Amino acid sequence: MFVLIVGAGRVGSSLARAMLADGHEVSCLDEDPEAQARLAVGLDGTWEDNGGQFTVGTALEIEALEAAGIDRADAFVAATDGDNTNIVVAQIAKRRFDVPTVIARILDPYRAEWYEQQGMRTICPTRVAIDMLCSEVRAAAVKAGAPGPGVDAEDADEPEGGGG
Amino acid sequence: MYVIIAGAGKVGWNLARELIQKGHEVTLIESDRIRYQTVEQELEHNVRYGDASELWVLEGAGISRADMVIAVTGDDEDNILICQVAREKYMVERVIARVNNPRNRQWFELLGIKPHVSATDLILRLIEHEVPEYGMVHLLDLPEEQLEIIEFLLDERSPVTGRQVGDLELPEGTLVISVLREGQGFVPGPDTVLEAGDEVLTVLHPQAEEELKAYFTSDGEPA
Repeated sequence: MFVLIVGAGRVGSSLARAMLADGHEVSCLDEDPEAQARLAVGLDGTWEDNGGQFTVGTALEIEALEAAGIDRADAFVAATDGDNTNIVVAQIAKRRFDVPTVIARILDPYRAEWYEQQGMRTICPTRVAIDMLCSEVRAAAVKAGAPGPGVDAEDADEPEGGGG
Repeated sequence: MYVIIAGAGKVGWNLARELIQKGHEVTLIESDRIRYQTVEQELEHNVRYGDASELWVLEGAGISRADMVIAVTGDDEDNILICQVAREKYMVERVIARVNNPRNRQWFELLGIKPHVSATDLILRLIEHEVPEYGMVHLLDLPEEQLEIIEFLLDERSPVTGRQVGDLELPEGTLVISVLREGQGFVPGPDTVLEAGDEVLTVLHPQAEEELKAYFTSDGEPA
C-alpha cells in the first residue's frame, strides 16, 4: 500500500517509520527540510536509504502534494501541527484526489467531533488523553473512598460514568 | 445586520469600523493579545479576544444569530475553516473569505467557500488598470455567470477606430455597452463613430475574449 503522510513531526515521523517497517511504501511531505533527519531517527542510514520518500513543501501546495505522490496514494494522513491545515488538506485529498482512506489528526476535540460527524475520519489525541486522565483520576477517587456524589463506585472507572 | 469578523488586521479593523459607522452590529475576533488590546482601545466591546477557528469562541460571539461572517485572517486555512463551520454548522447565510495566497483560491472553490476576495488579485487588477497591457483592462469577471466586462483603449491602429458601432462584426454574445471619451461616458448608438483615445466597455462571454481582443486592439498578439 502507498501511504502519504503530510507533516513529519513526532507523530508523523513515527507513523512513517512504523508503516515502512510494515512493508508499505511511504512518502512524507513537510515544509521543514530538517524533518528528513527526524524521519531517519533509529534507522540505519537515511530515510531514503530505507526506501522512504520525502518532499519539502507546504500542505496546500498542489505541486508539492503531486510530487509526494498524492495521485496514487491509498492512504493519506494529515498530521501537521495545525488543526485547520489538517482539516483543509484532508478535504483536498478526499474531494480533489479521491484518496480512498483519509485520516486527519485534530487536536481540538470540538472541531474533531464536528468534522467526524461530517464524515471525516479523525483522530483526536486530546480526546484520548482526556478520557484516560478522567478514568485515572476516578480510579484514584475510588481508591481514596471518595468516588464523588452520584458516582457508583462500581462504575467509577468507566470514562463516561457519573458526574458531579 | 449582525456581522462577525475574524481577524483584526488592517482589513478586519477598518471593515469593522466602517460597518459600525453604517449602524451594523459587529463583533471582531482577534487571537493576538497585543493586537486585541490595541484595537480594543477604539472598538471597545465590539472586539473579542480569541481564536476564531475555535468553535466555542464563535459561539461566544453569538454566531448562531449572525447574518454574515467575514474571515479575513492572514491564514487561508483558518479562513476556509471559519467560513465552512459558519455556513455548514451554524447555518450562517452569508460568508466572505479573504484569500491571502492566490494559489489557494482553488481550495476555497473546491470547498464551496464563496465569495472570496484576494487582495493580491485586486492589486494586480489595479496595476492592469494603471498600466494596461495590449490596451485592455478587465473591469469585472463573473466566472460563475460566464460573464466579463472588458475595457479596450483604442488608438489610431485599432481595427475598429473610425468605424461605426452598428457596422462592427462582434463575436456572438458580445456587446459594446459604453464609450468613455474625453472623460465623458455615453451609451453609443449604431451610428456612433469610434475614435482613437476612446475607452470602449464591452460585455462578453469569457471564451470570446481572445477574438474580441484581436478585433479591438492594434496588437492582439501577445508580446
